[in-house]
Amino acid sequence: MSPLLEVRDLTAQFARDGVPATVVKGISFDIAPGESVGFVGESGCGKSVTARAIMRLAPEGSSVAWGGRIGFRGQDLLTLSEREMRDIRGRRIAMVFQDPMASLNPVMSVGAQIDDILRRHTGLSRKAARQRTIELLGLVGIRDPAIRADDFPHQFSGGMRQRVLIAIAVSCQPDLLIADEPTTALDVTVQAQILRLLNRLRRELGMALMLITHDFGVIAGMVERVNVMHGGEIVEAGPIDQLFAAPTHPYTRALLAAVPRLDGARPGG
Amino acid sequence: MSAPPPLLEVRDLGVTFPARRGRPPVRAVDGVSFDIAPGQTLGLVGESGSGKTTTGRAILQLQPVSAGTVRLLGRDLTSLPAAELRAMRRHMQFVLQNPYSSLHPRMTVAQILAEPLRIHATVPRAAVDERVAELMTLVGLDPAMTRRYPHEFSGGQRQRIVIARALAVNPDFVVCDEPVSALDVRTQAQIVDLLQSLQAKLRLSLLFIAHDLAVVRAVAHRVAVMYGGRIVELGDAAQVYDTPAHPYTRNLLDAVPVPDPARQRARLAEATVDPDFRGREADTGACVFGIDHAATGTAPWHEIAPGHFVSCRFWPRGVTPARG
Amino acid sequence: MVAIGAAMLALLLLVVVAGPSIAPFNAAKTSANSLAGPDATHWLGTDSIGRDLLSRLIVGGRGTLTITFVAVALALAAGLVLGLVSGYVGGKVDLVIMRLLDVVFAFPVFLLAIAVVAALGPTIRNLIITIAIVYTPTLARVVRGPVLSVKRWDHVEAARSVGVGEFRIAVVHVLPLVISPILVQTSLTLANTIFTVTALSFLGLGPPPPDPNWGSMLAEARQFMELAPLTVIGPAVAIVFASLTFIVLANGLREVLDVGNR
Repeated sequence: MSPLLEVRDLTAQFARDGVPATVVKGISFDIAPGESVGFVGESGCGKSVTARAIMRLAPEGSSVAWGGRIGFRGQDLLTLSEREMRDIRGRRIAMVFQDPMASLNPVMSVGAQIDDILRRHTGLSRKAARQRTIELLGLVGIRDPAIRADDFPHQFSGGMRQRVLIAIAVSCQPDLLIADEPTTALDVTVQAQILRLLNRLRRELGMALMLITHDFGVIAGMVERVNVMHGGEIVEAGPIDQLFAAPTHPYTRALLAAVPRLDGARPGG
Repeated sequence: MSAPPPLLEVRDLGVTFPARRGRPPVRAVDGVSFDIAPGQTLGLVGESGSGKTTTGRAILQLQPVSAGTVRLLGRDLTSLPAAELRAMRRHMQFVLQNPYSSLHPRMTVAQILAEPLRIHATVPRAAVDERVAELMTLVGLDPAMTRRYPHEFSGGQRQRIVIARALAVNPDFVVCDEPVSALDVRTQAQIVDLLQSLQAKLRLSLLFIAHDLAVVRAVAHRVAVMYGGRIVELGDAAQVYDTPAHPYTRNLLDAVPVPDPARQRARLAEATVDPDFRGREADTGACVFGIDHAATGTAPWHEIAPGHFVSCRFWPRGVTPARG
Repeated sequence: MVAIGAAMLALLLLVVVAGPSIAPFNAAKTSANSLAGPDATHWLGTDSIGRDLLSRLIVGGRGTLTITFVAVALALAAGLVLGLVSGYVGGKVDLVIMRLLDVVFAFPVFLLAIAVVAALGPTIRNLIITIAIVYTPTLARVVRGPVLSVKRWDHVEAARSVGVGEFRIAVVHVLPLVISPILVQTSLTLANTIFTVTALSFLGLGPPPPDPNWGSMLAEARQFMELAPLTVIGPAVAIVFASLTFIVLANGLREVLDVGNR
């Protein structure tokens, strides 16, 4: 099967205080249609910048020079115009971030925010869009979606807000969903619910998932393949079971050894 | 019994936040009781809003206490005059979560570490520099770096400085509130190792507050699980993690992602209904263990194995304790 | 920006410190040569009773600026104490202090100044006290705002848990972190105060003659404006220059200290 996403020699260079810093140093990877791929690493390893590169989003308050190629459905995303890119973002590739509150408009009801996106990308009528919005909110497990659609973001709990964001992300049935630390800000019981929801939606909608996280427990149950990032490079990549069972790169081994276990054993420590 | 007397004794601790903007007062902490023995760690786990951070601050008297007592070294902190309380602070210290904000940005490390020494005058003035260097070594930092400012250090190094400041005056008891949750996994492991070796070396008692159950498992001798401002389960770490008795504890442990792909996939594949723990608030009638606490005048608290306690509050309807 | 402001400030300070010793003539000495235009001896000409204008500008500047600096220093001291206490202690103390300052704040500057000077007499001391009172609320508020937020920062709680006393926490752990906005506001207050001092002197509420100052010089020169325009333009330019100095300095400080960001 030809890959949905084909990243080759991706680089990202920032200018910090006039000094250029390369935070992604020529990484390559594929994501097949419907496949679930994880990116793990510590803070500053370049995993979030990689995710943003695919959306062509510069991290806040900085400018980035991208290099390499991001092949997606026969196009190189890095060569598209900003207008063409807007048609891809949210429609073909959608993204869910760590902080659901920062990603929602606080003065607009959540229903209106989803309506907006649906109408922009699909040209549905006002009425049809609202109906679809209610379906979507139901799909992500929000009770009484027809009523809750008129509520504002602050009236939702953190977990419910993340469900709303996921509803927005899947509203146009994207081919690829990028989730950047989607459960890091949530309590552990809520995290489990959101992970289950992401798994279910991926199955039901047949979309590919790119999951970025620092948590080896989160990545373990969610993806088929995993890329370990360190210092802007992919240091190890492979099927999830194999990588956990027999990590080959010393960095991966050090990371896995440091993960605390519920049974109290720290295998490496 | 031969157990040494507890260093810290918390009894029926309550913290009520006053009513605001038409909202009723909130009982953030309600009837919390536990002991910590010398040299032991009590892990306090719970989700956001469970009251675990407020409990830690209330014990340190950084938060007005509305009920109960906190005895450290036999003295009740809740009734001490301000000056005596400040003197008692020598025995109890605090390590906060965020190593980026808990250090004064315009003070050098030497100034930061010297401050508690000067305030409590635990070492002669002339020996302060020496003690500062000793503290740096103790937490694994180079004593030559004391003239630097906090922003020149990494997150893990800063947390070592925070720990060094807490240990400056040789405390007996340290509250660690999420001390590693802002750190990367390898740094977390290093700080956890550091805390454990310091505990062994200095015979410290720790209250280790965290939302990460796996980290708590690694450090705690005993564990208390908080929910809705109350402790719902308290026991040895092995008791609570291996034979959880309260349905909330079980729910929490089941939700923790495990770094084992096959097991974690299986955990996520289990269909779950999220139980409603808000039931059973009634104070009258028989509890899930069949005891009417209002009638007997006992606390809603049951010892199901030696040292393993479980609350009969917050049980979802229809759930009963396992027998035998 | 800061460099320009600092250079301008240095010139003003020179006038304050050196004053009479750098003036080419005795500023009080009259001569028959009245309302003369500028020439090689009197660079800016003379006033209506033949005094050298440049010398009077320098000596008058010393008067105006000294009053300004002393008044703002007093206002800053009061503002620091009140703002810090109000913000740090909070609760009822905060409420009482802020309401009192609101009362002062609500009075128009001139009304208050006229009332005080009318009651106590137009002396330099009364002028300074009046101006200090008028600008205290502004500075107190600028201190209080950031104190309210900084006192909740983790390192403050950490200090308290170590056993640091409340006074030391306020002065050592809170105050140094709110200095930046205070510096900027102080500079702006200096700019405003220049205008207030000269305006009050212009109205005759300033220090009594013969001590020259820019405000009274303007008032005296007003009737001869057509005959010797420099007698009005001189002090006017000096006033604008002085207040511009502090505005430039404030903007420069704002940039350098990055006020507004943490």
